Parts: sequence; C-alpha cells; structure tokens
Amino acid sequence: MGDVIMGGGESGVFTTKFDALLGWARKFSLFQYPFVTACCGMEFMAAAGPKYDIARFGAEAPRFSPRQSDLLWVVGTVSQRQAPALRRIYEQMLEPKWVMSFGTCASCGGFYDNYATLPGIDKAIPVDVYIPGCPPRPEAVLDGLMLLMDKIGRCDRTPAVLKNTALPEGVPDKLEQLYQIRMKGKAPVTNEE
Amino acid sequence: MSKLLLDRLKAQFGDSVLETSSFRGDDVAVLDPKVWRAAATFLRDDPRCACDYFVDLSVVDFPDLDESTGRFEVYLIVHSVAKKHRVRLKARLKEASADLDSVSSVYGGADWAEREAFDMFGVRFNGHPDLRRILMYEEFSGYPLRKDYPANKAQPLIEYREGTHDKLGPFLEDEGMPFDRSPVDPKNFSH
Ligand code: SF4
Repeated sequence: MGDVIMGGGESGVFTTKFDALLGWARKFSLFQYPFVTACCGMEFMAAAGPKYDIARFGAEAPRFSPRQSDLLWVVGTVSQRQAPALRRIYEQMLEPKWVMSFGTCASCGGFYDNYATLPGIDKAIPVDVYIPGCPPRPEAVLDGLMLLMDKIGRCDRTPAVLKNTALPEGVPDKLEQLYQIRMKGKAPVTNEE
Repeated sequence: MSKLLLDRLKAQFGDSVLETSSFRGDDVAVLDPKVWRAAATFLRDDPRCACDYFVDLSVVDFPDLDESTGRFEVYLIVHSVAKKHRVRLKARLKEASADLDSVSSVYGGADWAEREAFDMFGVRFNGHPDLRRILMYEEFSGYPLRKDYPANKAQPLIEYREGTHDKLGPFLEDEGMPFDRSPVDPKNFSH
C-alpha cells in the first residue's frame, strides 16, 4: 500500500485514507469485460494466456456480462455501426468502471480514416488508459494495466497514454554483448548489398 | 481451351456480347445489360459451360466514363468445378440507369454480393429478393465506395462526446496525464 500506510510494524494498527484503501482494494480485483472486435484480439489472447500470466495482477477473470465487470477492454477497430453497442455496454457496467483502449484503432481509429470506422472510442465513451501499438505487445498491455492500477490506487481518472519506457539500465549493453557473441567470426552487417 | 466459353457466349448471344478479351487465360466478356441474367443462366445450364460455382460479383466505378460507356462496371465471375474453367462477365451501367437484373435466382451466392454492390455503389438489382444494405446501417446516406463520396465523410450513429469531434489528437487539453509518468515501483505489486 506504499505511502498511504502509517503505523504498522508491531502495533498491528494501520491508518490510511478511506479512498486510498478502497482504491488499493479495487486495483487488485479488476473483472474485465473484453470487447474484442479485430486483429488486436490475437494479441489480447496472448496477453491473457498463461505465458504472460495476467492473473498476477488480479485481472485474469473475464466476465461475459458487462453488469458483472468493472474494466472494459476495447480491443480492436470499432466501426460506426458498433459505436451505439459499445456505448450501451459501457452504460450497463456498474460503477466504479474503467476503460482500456487496446491498440491504435481503438485509441484513435488507426489507419482507418474513412466512412466506416469510429475515430477512437473516446468519441463514444470515456477512456482511462490508451495503449498504443498495432497491436501492442503483451508487455505493453501489462504495462498499461499497471498504469491503470496505479491510477486506480490514486483515485485518478485523467486519461493516460502509455508511453515507451526506456530499457532498464545495463540492458542495452547486455544486448550489444549478445550481438557481438552472435556475430563472432561473421562478416559485419552493412547496409550495402 | 479457355476460349471455349467466349465462343459459346458469342454463338448464343451474338451482338449482345459487346467485347471479349483474354489475358493470360482470364476470359472477359462485356455484355449488353439486357442479356445479363440470360447469360448467367446459360453459363450455368449449358452442359459444355457447366459453370456451377459462383466466385464473385462486384462493381468498379469509373466516374469519367459515365458519358461514354457508363461509370459502373458490374462484374460477375463464375467457375466450373468439373471443367476447371472460369469466365468474367461485365456489364456497364450509367449512373442515371444503374440497375441490372439480379442473378441471385441463378446463383444463390450472388445474393449477398449484390446486396454489397448495392450498399457500396448504389447499383440496384431488379428481382433481388431482399435488396437492403448489408454492411452499412440503414441511416447511412450515399454510397461510400463511389469515387465521388467524400473520403473523410463519416456519418456517426451516436453523438460524439463533447469536444472530441476532431479526428486528430484524441486527447483534449484537460485530458491526459503528463506523458512521462513516474515509473511504477515494482515493490507495490508484490502481494
Ligand atoms: S491496432 Fe492494428 S492490430 Fe489492432 S485492431 Fe487495429 S489494425 Fe488490428
């Protein structure tokens, strides 16, 4: 619970703000409703599968009724024709509810700049976290989920865009070393044919 | 071998076959729209044609040709599974008279293809059992794949949320956390 805790230790008594406690409780029990419409769905399946183990974040249980869920994943392209259905589903969800926009199409329409596609689901419903990528890698999805949890914990409802995060310190050097080992004895790669 | 279908069509329909061509084994016959359904029926029923398989039907739009031959070129591709040959029929229609006999009674598969052609190009198919839009919604006006449909014109079914009308930049000034959020402390995620 980080810095909202005071006390603790041997006393066994914690004081915190009620909102912070509620946010802390909520962020580890997200029940998701996947609204999956397009190719991003494949990446969503990867992210939701055992390899990436979304259960670590308490967000692994999909509910197939919006009334039982509190996190709406909008995964993929949403057409103008689907927009009323999307809004209806959002309206059916009970408070408190959050929305993740998964992929470029859901976030802003992506490359579909045409008569058929909704240019971003935020035209229809409010969004909490935008995850860019076409499709985003599962790591990015988990990063987006962590960002959302962070926001829930802080009771912060401002929409957020997931940004590229720099590689941790030392990783670029390690990659360079691995590259050198792999290329040992081989001709250097050049751009010329 | 592949010329056979074109020869059969010419023998059967004479001057109603306006043009024929073959390109690398792809036979094309441009027909008078009046014999459209008769030609499809003939291709299906004639034992030497035996084109029993509907491949595709759609439209190509050439707005500049409306004065001369007609801007909409409806094409129909049929194939014979037994004889392994195929042929493409074309009919050219002017915008003012963009209707054609439906071939959905001849090839069941043409039903949805014709609905799509109607939806996207506004070509009407006479005798189609259920000529409604298939991809777009009923409220949509105009035909989106016509070349003169404005490329950036959307017809939303819902009212956009306040302040989000712009296509670019889905984020309002008051929306959005600072882009460089502070890194999440992994400690907070251990149970
Ligand atoms: S963002 Fe890319 S992968 Fe995702 S739905 Fe759009 S086109 Fe498909």
